[in-house]
Amino acid sequence: MIPLSYFLILSAVLFVLGAVAFFVKRDLITMFMAVEVMLNAANLAFITFAKSASSIDGQIIVFFIITVAAAEAAVGLAIILLIFRQKKTIKSEDINLMKG
Amino acid sequence: MTDIFWLIPFIPALSTLILAIFGQKLPKKYISFQACFAVFASFIISAISLVGLLQTSPENYPLVKNLFSWIHAGSFKADLSFQLDPLSAVMALVVTGVGFLIHLYSVGYMANDKSYSRYFTYLNLFTFAMLILVMSSNVVLMFVGWEGVGLCSYLLIGFWFEKHSAANAGKKAFIINRIGDAAFIIGIFFILIYVGSGEFTAINSAISGGAITQGVATLIAVLLFVGATGKSAQIPLYVWLPDAMEGPTPVSALIHAATMVTAGVYMVSRMNLLYTLSVDAAQVVAVVGAVTAIYAATMALTQNDIKRVLAYSTISQIGYMFIGCGVGAYAAGMFHLYTHAFFKSLLFLAAGSVMHALSGELDMRKMGGLRKYLPLTYPTFLIGAIAIAGIPFLSGFFSKDAILTHAFASGQYFVWALGILGAVLTAFYMFRLIFLTFHGKERMTPEVKKHIHESPPAMTIPLVILAFFSIVAGFIGLPVVFGKNLNWFVHFLEPVIKKSHEAHLTLGTEWLLIIISVAVALIGILIAYIFYIRKPQIPHSLVARFPFIYKLLYNKYYVDEIYNATFVNPTIKGSELIYDKFDLKVIDGAVNGTASSAGFFGKILSYFQTGLIKDYALIFLLGAILFIAYLLF
Amino acid sequence: MAQFLFFLLAIVCIASVLGMIISKNQAYNALFLILAFACMGGFFALLDAPFIAVVQIIIYAGAIMILFIFVIMMINLREGLSPERKKWTLYFALGIAVVLIVELILTMKAAFSPLKSGGIEKIGSPTDIGRLLFTEYLYPFEITSILIIAALVGAIVLVKKRDKE
Repeated sequence: MIPLSYFLILSAVLFVLGAVAFFVKRDLITMFMAVEVMLNAANLAFITFAKSASSIDGQIIVFFIITVAAAEAAVGLAIILLIFRQKKTIKSEDINLMKG
Repeated sequence: MTDIFWLIPFIPALSTLILAIFGQKLPKKYISFQACFAVFASFIISAISLVGLLQTSPENYPLVKNLFSWIHAGSFKADLSFQLDPLSAVMALVVTGVGFLIHLYSVGYMANDKSYSRYFTYLNLFTFAMLILVMSSNVVLMFVGWEGVGLCSYLLIGFWFEKHSAANAGKKAFIINRIGDAAFIIGIFFILIYVGSGEFTAINSAISGGAITQGVATLIAVLLFVGATGKSAQIPLYVWLPDAMEGPTPVSALIHAATMVTAGVYMVSRMNLLYTLSVDAAQVVAVVGAVTAIYAATMALTQNDIKRVLAYSTISQIGYMFIGCGVGAYAAGMFHLYTHAFFKSLLFLAAGSVMHALSGELDMRKMGGLRKYLPLTYPTFLIGAIAIAGIPFLSGFFSKDAILTHAFASGQYFVWALGILGAVLTAFYMFRLIFLTFHGKERMTPEVKKHIHESPPAMTIPLVILAFFSIVAGFIGLPVVFGKNLNWFVHFLEPVIKKSHEAHLTLGTEWLLIIISVAVALIGILIAYIFYIRKPQIPHSLVARFPFIYKLLYNKYYVDEIYNATFVNPTIKGSELIYDKFDLKVIDGAVNGTASSAGFFGKILSYFQTGLIKDYALIFLLGAILFIAYLLF
Repeated sequence: MAQFLFFLLAIVCIASVLGMIISKNQAYNALFLILAFACMGGFFALLDAPFIAVVQIIIYAGAIMILFIFVIMMINLREGLSPERKKWTLYFALGIAVVLIVELILTMKAAFSPLKSGGIEKIGSPTDIGRLLFTEYLYPFEITSILIIAALVGAIVLVKKRDKE
């Protein structure tokens, strides 16, 4: 059997990698993808704990997370499309209307 | 019969409220009616209460009516409660009776004034406050009335506030009163500490039960008396009263002759056990009263403004009342208060009538020979003057004589001598006034002469009524020489005013004292007659020979200037200095500084608002890290 | 056997995420991510969650990433964007990364040191999930369906081209 702590460490690593990717990348789409990575890391942690506690509720939660992430991705991408149409760019530095 | 006495202050209060809210829209006739009727109703109730009081046996004095619990903080209680006993009954009758007559007079005097409703609002408010003062059963509520009359004094002195001198006079009155009141409040604090309650019954039991030592009693008595010097215009806080003549004449009559300025005398009489216990304080009262009596009389000798003479006369007469209280004859002091209310308000109202006739002139040098033009004002004025001079069988004679006799009998010969000297001066300056105004050459300008007219009935009827009382009011207090127990007034006040000692003089000595006081009064009148009728050049030559004394008296001993230099101007300069250094720089600086530092920090923080999502996300992450770290460690 | 699978999948997963970070081409990033998601599915399967594993592949790797790829195609950028020009942000990010990792591991170790190996029974069957979904978690289920409709309508409304007036 695989010790469950390995899964947790993996989840932590993936989360951090996603966070780093978010800060390092400059185009919106990849940044968005990094957010998805972070979500998946959380999912992994949930499933691990579900197995550890022998409770299926963890898997139900993951089910919902996946659903909501899908909805979020749809709307988020629509917004990115709109931004691109307006500003003809997806560089994140150029989107600073909320300055000040 | 006595159950309704607590209504006495509240009827004028109700009237005040109505006038204050609706006064601008009500017709003049109605305002006059309501204002006068309110005071008259209180007067009727006071009379009824007096009758009821006479039917109750003295063991039940005072009758207290507790209306509601006002302050209740731990063991300290002060309630809105009134008491009815001989002293408060006398004061209530004086205030409402004379007050009613003055309200009536004001209807005529202020008929053409543009702030008619405001005047009567203030006048009723004053009546309310004064009644609270005299009818309260505890010293805290009395202080409420005390302050209330001070406020009304300010409002009424400065009634014609567009005139600078009037506004300043009102301010001066209020501020000087406040100085006295500071001492008064401290006195009240000591009372509360040593007695535990402000109720007069409690205070009296504490004193007679020995709970108050003589030292403490002296402290409290002196502090309270300082307050009384402010309110009753004695040395050193009298300087506001002459200036207060800027107010309308009925106001001078009501507030500064009959009622408010006598509040100090009432207070001392109310606390008579205290002053009896502390002989030192009583001595202070008597001496201050006597010195003030002479001092003010000397200043009255040279004034040319008819109302100023009467103002100084008031200060002097109140000095007499304090002499009475100081030598232990509180009843005599109260008796003089009561008679003085009649003749002094008569004198003021009659002076107002003269001014009304002469279209507002008040300089006596521009009057003269008015007795043929003012057939009602002249006789009433004369009666008032005779009464105040102490000519026998008018009211002033009985009261002044009572005071001086008691002063002599308690061994205070110095005080008695000052009193006698004051009597000469009183007779002199009053008749100087009469002769200058009503006799001799006519010195009015032709303009004024064209418009001379006697005053309307609304003004002359109160004069006649007051003149009547100035004659007969004294008969309720006949001295011992006329019969053993004819001093009904003193007897009436006995349950409240415990005599400390019986003044025992032989009948012969009493007669001698009476003759001396009458004689000095007549001498005063005679000298005035010589100076102003027979040989009018004498005053002028005296002025020429003693210019220094004349200037000293005419300029009121320069006391106003001295006070200005030592107290007023340094305070003003100090305030301006503090304003510049502290108020502008520190306080405004702090307030503005808070605002500008908020702006400053806002600017700094705005650097964080770059608008870039990455930066915001970074801050999220940092926050999350910190939070997890906090949870971990 | 399971151990071997785990390490294989782990390496592939981490490698593809790293590749996503390094690559500048968005399309490549998307493909890397698909790979990563597939590995995640594998992990779920290893953890006795077969239903979820399949759902992950179908929805995440299948639907969501296809969405991404469509959008990438529509935006049609000629060149990719290099990562941050300023060096200090990179180091800062790396620093944060280290801190975060340490923290997270510490957290997990501290809170859940004796991590049970887990029950022997198979818990992740669709039957079980379905049962729970329609009894205890009925409300969230229904509300999620409303959420999806809202997202659907929202996305369409947002992106609709305005009719030329």
